[in-house]
Amino acid sequence: MQNTIAAFRAKQHPTIVQAYDAGTADLMMSGEFYAVSKMMADFNIEIDWANYFPGISNYYSSSKGELFSMPFNSSTPMMYFNVADLKEAGIDTPPATWEAFETAIKALKAAGQDCAYAYSPEPWIDLEQFSMAHGIPIASNNNGYDGLDSEYLYNTTLHVKHMENIKRWYDENLLEIRTTQGGLNSRDSFAKGECSFYLGSIAGHATVGKLVDGAFDWDVAMIPVYEGTERKNTVVGGASLWVLSGKSDDEYRGAAEYLKFLATPESEEYWSTNTGYIPVTKTGFDALMAKGFYDNAPYKGREIALKSLTYTEPGPLTRGIRLGCFIQARSEWSNEVQAALQGNKTMQEALDTAVARSNDVLNKFARTYRGKQLP
Amino acid sequence: MRRAYFKNNWVAALVVTPQLLIIFIFFYWPTSQALYWAFTLEQPWGGGNEWVGFENFRYLLSDDRYWHSVWVSVVYAVCTTALAMGMALILALFADRQLRGYKGVRIGLIWPYAVAAPAIGLAFRFIFNPSAGVASYLNYAFPDFWNPVMNGDHALTMVIIAGAWKQVSYSFIFFLAGLQSIPRSLTEASAMDGARVMRRMWDIQLPLITPTVFFLVIINLTDSFTDSFGIVSTMTSGGPARATNLMVYKIYEDGFRGLDYSGAAAQSIILMLLVVALTFFQFKYVERRVHYS
Repeated sequence: MQNTIAAFRAKQHPTIVQAYDAGTADLMMSGEFYAVSKMMADFNIEIDWANYFPGISNYYSSSKGELFSMPFNSSTPMMYFNVADLKEAGIDTPPATWEAFETAIKALKAAGQDCAYAYSPEPWIDLEQFSMAHGIPIASNNNGYDGLDSEYLYNTTLHVKHMENIKRWYDENLLEIRTTQGGLNSRDSFAKGECSFYLGSIAGHATVGKLVDGAFDWDVAMIPVYEGTERKNTVVGGASLWVLSGKSDDEYRGAAEYLKFLATPESEEYWSTNTGYIPVTKTGFDALMAKGFYDNAPYKGREIALKSLTYTEPGPLTRGIRLGCFIQARSEWSNEVQAALQGNKTMQEALDTAVARSNDVLNKFARTYRGKQLP
Repeated sequence: MRRAYFKNNWVAALVVTPQLLIIFIFFYWPTSQALYWAFTLEQPWGGGNEWVGFENFRYLLSDDRYWHSVWVSVVYAVCTTALAMGMALILALFADRQLRGYKGVRIGLIWPYAVAAPAIGLAFRFIFNPSAGVASYLNYAFPDFWNPVMNGDHALTMVIIAGAWKQVSYSFIFFLAGLQSIPRSLTEASAMDGARVMRRMWDIQLPLITPTVFFLVIINLTDSFTDSFGIVSTMTSGGPARATNLMVYKIYEDGFRGLDYSGAAAQSIILMLLVVALTFFQFKYVERRVHYS
């Protein structure tokens, strides 16, 4: 993102840029892009936008439903679990609720497993996707879609209870913190067979498969929700392709043709085979299903990501997140949660502070773009 | 002191122009831009900004996270400087004694300065890794003794040691040069009067290299403030819970990752003023006062 901005300011920018999910609001407010749906219409390229999974396309659309960027590498979080470890602890079905999850990690500990749950504080999963799956707000104005004057709300929702549980599990040794800085991140801790659970993106499915290499039986499931909540869809993570402004017609024509090529079921299959990412169109997914792509290892299980993304029709709170400088908000969350896990403050205090500081960030973002509206 | 003069000023101007141009393009122009941004709210993608006067500075100075960052930077600067110079001095004193193999040692000690900071960061990250690195033996012997991943003080200590290790060679070169410029006759005379090695070091060599010491204190402090980015970025990313969020790293984090260009610009201006002040202090006082010859 920062490289693109530097290139853009120097007027040396590329026509198409792949930008991460959290940068969506920043790019939208910049106005320096050529909306993909408009570009395709201008170059008379027929694309059936309804063919895109709504959990994916809504994330990159304006509040009026116009698609701004082309969904590309798309993922959603999953719960990875070690089937053999769970069996040993007497658990046959993967936990679907956090209550069952707690029972499971306790059983694993009782069965002598050192590390039941490899955890690293990850706002994308713990905060964003957690809130989506529970249908609770992260910020006001429907997570920012309805205006720039939004405020974060996650210090008042079920999210607090969840983070307090995480803290308690950490204190009770039911989970271990595994980060890259510590040498072995949660994914690799799981793949090495050290830990029985981890929550991570479906994009890691291919890597985990390679690392485990048949050493033990593992699978994925949808991330748990708390009892008594009605499960909602999760949203997309990863990145999308933006077409930037200030280019010639010829370059746009090329970009349009290229994006059209990427949208074909063949290139979707190529992409899904070689990475853990999932197809973004219904026809792409159906084609893979018809071929039996997901029936066997190593691709088996990845269809659950789509089940999670399409669990319900996206509602106002599960369309996505449209908040400026969101990377800063993620970092406030991470730092405060780390402080709480260290025991410097309670989880509630930590989340209150993170919210207050992230609100300052939003405030500044709104002032920087004073007088403008979110598209 | 003899000075060389150019008879024709145009020739002089011509000779210094390329250098001045480089300084202008890579220093004065970016600085002026940063100065301008620091007083505005700059839209990351361009396309407009708004003059806000001192608001960015006011916000920073009332932000406890910023003061925390300043505090951590000062701790880092003082500790790395003390540690690096102490180590360098000891090594230089012994290299200067021309014990067996000192030539090899001299070259070996200069090498670390050529190692890029991120490489150092990665190496030390492995050494201090609580579960897989060399430090894991410590944890094996005393469980939960060392955990830089979750403990902020441990993380800061780790970054300081890596930073100091990097600075040792620079100070070492200067100390060695300083020691070698002390006339041999002085140490030899005192040796004949019966002074042992430690006494000679303490009473003759150290006082005579005080100008070098003061020079190095300033240079090391300045360097610690501005050149710690690579190590922090690879070792801790400023964490855990901002325990190693040094000023330089915070500027990067806020500006390039968080897209808060104005806030980052204001921070760089403050950092620049700090470095200018240190340099000024050096030229004004240190260079003048410390003279023995």
